[in-house]
Formats: sequence, C-alpha cells, structure tokens
Amino acid sequence: MCKPVNIRVAGFGGQGIMMFGQMLAYCATNDNMFSLWVPSYGPETRGGTANCSVIVSTKMINSPVFTNADVLVAFNQPSLEKFKEMIVPGGCILYNSSMIHDPILPEGVRGYGIPINDIALELGTIQVSNMTMLGAYLEFSELFSDATAEKVLEKYLGEKKAHLLGINKQAILRGREALRALKG
Amino acid sequence: MGKILMKGNEAIARAAMLGGLEAFFGYPITPQNEVPEYLSRYLLEEGKVFVQAESEVAAINMVYGAAAAGFRTMTSSSSPGIALKQEGITYLCGSELPCVISSVMRGGPGLGSIQPSQSDYNQATRGGGNGDYHVIVFGPETIQETIDILKEAFDIADYYRNPVMVLVDGLIGQMMESVDLTKPVKKRFLPEKDYAANGTKNHPGERHIINSLYLESNELEHHNLSLKKKYDLATANETRVELINMNDPDYVIVAFGTMARVCRSAIEKLAEKNIRVGMIRPISLWPFPSSVFETMDAPHLKGILCVEMNLGMMLTDVLVANNGRHSVGFFGRAGGVVPDPDEVVDAILHFNERVVK
Repeated sequence: MCKPVNIRVAGFGGQGIMMFGQMLAYCATNDNMFSLWVPSYGPETRGGTANCSVIVSTKMINSPVFTNADVLVAFNQPSLEKFKEMIVPGGCILYNSSMIHDPILPEGVRGYGIPINDIALELGTIQVSNMTMLGAYLEFSELFSDATAEKVLEKYLGEKKAHLLGINKQAILRGREALRALKG
Repeated sequence: MGKILMKGNEAIARAAMLGGLEAFFGYPITPQNEVPEYLSRYLLEEGKVFVQAESEVAAINMVYGAAAAGFRTMTSSSSPGIALKQEGITYLCGSELPCVISSVMRGGPGLGSIQPSQSDYNQATRGGGNGDYHVIVFGPETIQETIDILKEAFDIADYYRNPVMVLVDGLIGQMMESVDLTKPVKKRFLPEKDYAANGTKNHPGERHIINSLYLESNELEHHNLSLKKKYDLATANETRVELINMNDPDYVIVAFGTMARVCRSAIEKLAEKNIRVGMIRPISLWPFPSSVFETMDAPHLKGILCVEMNLGMMLTDVLVANNGRHSVGFFGRAGGVVPDPDEVVDAILHFNERVVK
C-alpha cells in the first residue's frame, strides 16, 4: 500500500456503521498499521444518517479529515445520495443492494451492490448485515486476512457476546463470497 | 508492548492515570464525557478518588482542595465548562497549587456547538481569571502526543506548583487512533510537598495555611514577582515547538493541534506543485515559541500563514513573534468546521488575499 486509504461509511443509526468502521481500525492496529477512526457525532446522528470515516495507512497519518473518499460504503439510499459525489476519480462504492436499487453512480466510479440485509436474514438476523458488508469490503480491498478479522471480531464482541461470534464470522464469509461473485 | 486502538478521551484518562493521577473531579459535558466515564470505572478500581461534582465550579474547587492536601489531581471539561472554572484556576495559580486540566474544545461562544474547534486558544493562554498569572498550556496534535504530554503533565505541574492545561479539540477527543501507552517520558526530580495542608487537630501531619490573599501591597508585589520568576523559568525551559520542512521555504505555516495535521497534508500537496512550505508547530501554546521566529533562516520567504480552527487567536502571538519581519496571513474556519487540506492549499496559493499585516 503506497498511500493511505480513506474510507467513508454511512447509513442509518442502528445499522452498525460505527462498528464497521471500528473493526477496520482495529484490524489495521492488529496488523501494525496506522489507523484513524472519526465518528460523525453531530445532531445528525439522531434519526438521520450516521457516518464515520476511517483512514488506514502503512505510514503516519497526517490529516484526520478528508473530503473525497477512496471508498464509500453506503448502507442506505440517503447516505449514497449524500456522499456519492465525494469520491476520488477511479474510486469505488460498496452499497447495500437490499435497500438501494439501480443506483445512479458518478462517472468513473465503480459500484458493487451486495444484498447484505437478505444475506443477514438468511443467516438468521438482520444485525449481522454490517459484518456481511465488512466481509465484502475485506474481499474488495484485500487489506486484511480472515485471521485478522476473526481475531479482532472475537476481541470486539468480548465474553458477553461470545455466542454471537459464529454468526458474525459466517456473515463475513458470506460477504466475501458475494463480492467475489461480483468481481467475477 | 504493541500499539492499541484508543479513543482520544479514554487515552486522556488512561494517560493521566499513568502520570500518577490520585483524585479526579469533574462534571459532564460533550465532547469530553468519556474522560470522566473512563475514570469513574478505572480510577476507582485502583482505589483512588473519583467525584462527579455538582457543577464545574465545585469540581475545580475540589481540585484546589485536593492539590492543597498534596495530591495529584485533575479536572476535565469543555469550552463553556472551562469558562466556569476560571475563578478556580486563578486561585490555584495564586496559591501556587499544581493540577492538570484537560480542555476539549467545542464551538463557541456561549453554548456554541459540540463540534471540534480551537476557539478557546485565548481562554487557555490568556485565561479568564483575575490577576497576573499564567497556565502552562500544551496543544498536542495526535492522540499519541496527548498521551505523552499528559503522562508528564503532573510532573510539570508539581515542578512549577502551577496548573498545566492540555488543550485539544473535540476531534482528538472523539476519534480513535493506534497508540503506544508505554513510550517513556521525562521524569523530574521533585521535592517533597512541604506546603501540603495535610494535618488537622485529629490527623497527624503538619498544619499549613494555603491562600492567595496578601493585603499588604508590598507583600503582594513580592508574591507577584516571585510568580513572575517562575513563569520566566517555565518560558525558558518548557517552550516546545516542532519545526517541519524549514529548509529554505517559500511559505511558513503556523498551526497547532488537529489543524497542524491537516496542514501537514497540505504541505505534501503543495510540494507536488513545487511550492516549498514549512511549518512552525507550537506544542506549548503558553509559553509560546516566539524565539523560533527570530532565528528562522528563510531568505526566500514570501509569507507566514497562521491557520486555526477559529477566526484568528494564535494570530496575535504570531504577529508579536514575527515582529514585522515578514508578511503574515491568516486562514481559519470556525463554528466546528474542520477544514480539509485542499482549503489550506488554496489559502497558500492565494496568500496575497489572506494577508493581515
């Protein structure tokens, strides 16, 4: 990786946006990379869109803020509309195709739709939709290994939520498969 | 030990514990709530003192009490809360009591907003309390630097018997970054706290009186002059600054905290356009690193741009330090807006429109 990767994650409050972002930051820390997670904690998180940004880098991170992301991960339609123009040329959007149908994307931006709600429901609960998306992102970015993601996930869930580890791991796996199928 | 991912506010709390914090007094306010939240659990686990006071004013006066009794004590707040603490801060300075204050800035004036800002630069470096006093203020740029300074802050406070403030913006408080808690910091030789009022009729220990009242003019002037000596010593020994890219620059940026990090990115972008930009990054905001402006060797310098997340506060210090030598410009965003590097790039490219003096 020659330059920092700027990732923006956005969706409704409750979709696991912050956890998605933190998971990436924890993975980077686990792999001895630099990472920075910035939540949007303004009034807009109440009832509106929730978003956070993550920067992953092999060298010291300078600016903690960026306008144009390398990757946008959009969990719902309003988030996609709000942030889709704020992407670098040649950038990419991963979106939740269970909630976003036939999106109009900016020119030169690749889009990958993953039906994370449907996959999560198949697994048994909508709550793992964010980890399904994380799986897709990991497959897309090739930033972190499964071993890293699983180790971090286990730590994140802790003892109290250890019983949820299996289903979340499955979600990551299914997300990876879905993205692999799209990449062809 | 390897690096761990930590939220800025939690890092402030943990670093203070590593620095020897024995008693914390605070009152909730966004965006620093994780500081007392963290300490309410972990400081108590270590058998130390944690009190959620009934107000900011009560909290700072509890700090006064704990400091007078010889304990390593701290309070934390954000802009309007720090405003309420000003009376306590001048009393701490007047009575020569050490403490650490963490100030996590949000937008102002008044209740302002809960978004990050640097608009308490004047509040921190000038203070809102009465009398001839100074607070030693540091403005770190990363969570790592915040940790390193906090670990050292109690030593500095004890050394000078004066409050030390660690001033960060809400972004540093709220964001998460990989940090190393084990980095060693400078340790100082500190004498016994022979001033501590830790004895009572019923408690062994010496009885002392600590106050800031000197009714005789000569006595007070003597006290003022001895404080001044201390502040001069701090100016000589505690001034901290990082010089970045200062080899024959076209422009020099002056920025601290989060803004300095944004400017680092801007400097990289400007280098791609063959514009050489250096940076003076004050780490101590009081004492302000004025002397580096005098010794700066920049024969081709076109100007100095002060960049802040306010409408021009550190600018005053920059203008005084520059002393008319170079053209000084200003770029700032206010109200909780964190400018991105492109805005700073633009400000340098259009420096002439930014000139203040």
